[in-house]
Amino acid sequence: MTSNPTPIVVENPWERLRAFTDARIGLGRAGISLPTGKLLEFQLAHAQAQDAVHAPLDVEALAQQLQKAFALEHEPLRLHSQVEGRAMYLQRPDVGRRLNDDSRERLQNAETSPSRADLAVVIVDGLSALAVQQNSQPFLKALYQQFEQDNAEWQLAPLAIVEQGRVAIGDEIGALLNADAVLVMIGERPGLSSPDSLGLYMTWAPEPGLKDDRRNCISNVRPAGLNMVEAARRLFLLLKEARELKISGVKLKDRSEDSVLEGDAAASGATKNFLVAD
Amino acid sequence: MAQTFQTTVGSHHYRFKSLAELMAKATPARSGDRLAGVIADSAEERVVAQMVLAELPLTTFLNDALIPYEHDEITRLIIDDHDAEAFAPLRHLTVGDFRNWLLSDQATSEVLTAVRPGITPEMAAAVSKLMRNQDLILVGRKCRVTTAFRNTIGLPGRLSTRLQPNHPTDDVTGIAASILDGLLYGSGDAVIGINPATDNVAQSVKLMRLMDDVIQKYQIPTQSCVLTHVTNTLEAIEQGAPVDLVFQSIGGTEATNRSFGFDLNTLAEAEAAAQSLNRGTVGRNVMYFETGQGSSLSADAHHGLDQQTCEARAYAVARKFSPLLVNTVVGFIGPEYLFDGKEITRAGLEDHFCGKLLGVPMGCDVCYTNHAEADQNDMDNLLTLLGVAGCNFVMGIPGSDDIMLNYQTTSFHDALYARRVLGLKAAPEFERWLDEMQIFNDVKTHKLNDQVPAAFANSLRHLPREPRHDV
Repeated sequence: MTSNPTPIVVENPWERLRAFTDARIGLGRAGISLPTGKLLEFQLAHAQAQDAVHAPLDVEALAQQLQKAFALEHEPLRLHSQVEGRAMYLQRPDVGRRLNDDSRERLQNAETSPSRADLAVVIVDGLSALAVQQNSQPFLKALYQQFEQDNAEWQLAPLAIVEQGRVAIGDEIGALLNADAVLVMIGERPGLSSPDSLGLYMTWAPEPGLKDDRRNCISNVRPAGLNMVEAARRLFLLLKEARELKISGVKLKDRSEDSVLEGDAAASGATKNFLVAD
Repeated sequence: MAQTFQTTVGSHHYRFKSLAELMAKATPARSGDRLAGVIADSAEERVVAQMVLAELPLTTFLNDALIPYEHDEITRLIIDDHDAEAFAPLRHLTVGDFRNWLLSDQATSEVLTAVRPGITPEMAAAVSKLMRNQDLILVGRKCRVTTAFRNTIGLPGRLSTRLQPNHPTDDVTGIAASILDGLLYGSGDAVIGINPATDNVAQSVKLMRLMDDVIQKYQIPTQSCVLTHVTNTLEAIEQGAPVDLVFQSIGGTEATNRSFGFDLNTLAEAEAAAQSLNRGTVGRNVMYFETGQGSSLSADAHHGLDQQTCEARAYAVARKFSPLLVNTVVGFIGPEYLFDGKEITRAGLEDHFCGKLLGVPMGCDVCYTNHAEADQNDMDNLLTLLGVAGCNFVMGIPGSDDIMLNYQTTSFHDALYARRVLGLKAAPEFERWLDEMQIFNDVKTHKLNDQVPAAFANSLRHLPREPRHDV
């Protein structure tokens, strides 16, 4: 008997590159198709991500956690959009952008509010409650450190937490809190490898009805993505520039990395990697 | 001009107040039109609207602008650029006749190319609403749109791929790893295109250099693109960065594009700037556009139109600037616009058909998000249908999982599946390169090399030992 020279599943010898990225590289192949094991791994990840979309935010726990961690005088404001139920949330983003009457009243009567603020921080569940639950405290810690280290005075509005909200709901909240700028921290749509990603959206002069070109976005904020300290640093630079120029969005270019992200490689102007190393 | 549109079916009298309402109600059902409040009230009303639409002369669309000429620069573009001479053979047709004509043996690939400048996006959208999926596939396949930069894309019997090596922190080693994986699976002839994790000029320039280095070292007949805002790319060009293609997301109304932060003048400036670099070797198509049904509604800039008509109008913007690639990112926007696999499939076929009919080099990001009612089986179906329809290109990403944008699109494996079952090939220049580099044992039958080709095996020896933790 002769041995078959070609195995049924061909492994990719570059599989070890997976040490450098979470991307699903080096999967190998049966013919040109996915091997069974890799196929089922994918199916499991997709099933988990679908489940994550429907998991609710534990507002009670998050509010208490943040109050304790930052020794807040008052518990964060608990707000809700006009959305009723997750199915409606997924199909009616317009409703998710509006506060319900109860929340609006609460903001208008918030005795805890100062007459004005430099920034309102709004935490929104979005499409991943997990992202918000897990990353809010560490990100805010890093952000508050930026404020403390800055020479200028920063007056913060009371912290707000919103259920069943979309990004633009922050505009109404920022306006009601008389804030010059609003920062929305929102759970991004869960990816297969990243169910816990936080998005940051900063808007100068928030008011209902603003469009996306007025916002600056920093994405993929999570322990295995853009880390909290770096995200806070970039956000703070954007915020300072917005305050100086009194604008945000596409007119305000993110220059936070002009001094460079990639450390050694970019410092020399090079982009060397193993593919182009000589 | 306020024409009304009406008919009676049995005892029920149907009346549609405007052309926009008629178009919207004639559209196959989808969640975005429901969200906009423009959807038909019943299944019967939808078909009745299609019947009324079928009776309309095509000339209606030249006289009854869905968004007023005075208010929208895309309407002005559509009307001002309309070619009456090219339209002459279609001038006497109704929308229903137009469907018959498109399916007829008279409408050969050559004839379809000739009438293209006479067809407006609204005519294309209208006729698509009367067509079944097989009609969209059959006519889409007859429409040929070929473009070129360092290779030739859209030739009959070819299916190209965008290699999409996104990384959540733009880590160069991580990106290079995905590029290698893609190249060794035969991906990347449409473009090697990165969505940067952070949208700024410095980061974009860094990624442009990275891809340019790889393309030069391995002499790959392809082009690169960083999918950053058009104004960032303009700034990168000023800084002397190696820009092959200029990217921009575009929509079908002026207000949509303003919400994206640009207008038609910006695109004209960008096209001229990129062409001045003279980096193409076999062609001068330098623009890469992305579109997708729902973007106008999402920007609250849809003027009461249905999302598919808005989408078709975006192709008028695209064709003005002779793009190398136009990509409808069909399932990316989420379930509030296209709810499930059935709606995504229909939209993908409509976009491909309308784009090709209007002369746009249409590709499709066959994709879905985790909050949509869709899965890999839906993607397999749409990929196969688009392959049959002659789609110019699809995405290629490691294992279908975009770890930066958090959605699923077609994988390197998927593209090879489509090429194999449908007998499709990569762009000719790139196919030769795959052969020369010994990435395939037999490129004609899509049999990959079981070993790492020599040039790449050498590169793998330069791998850093430990993963780097940047920042």
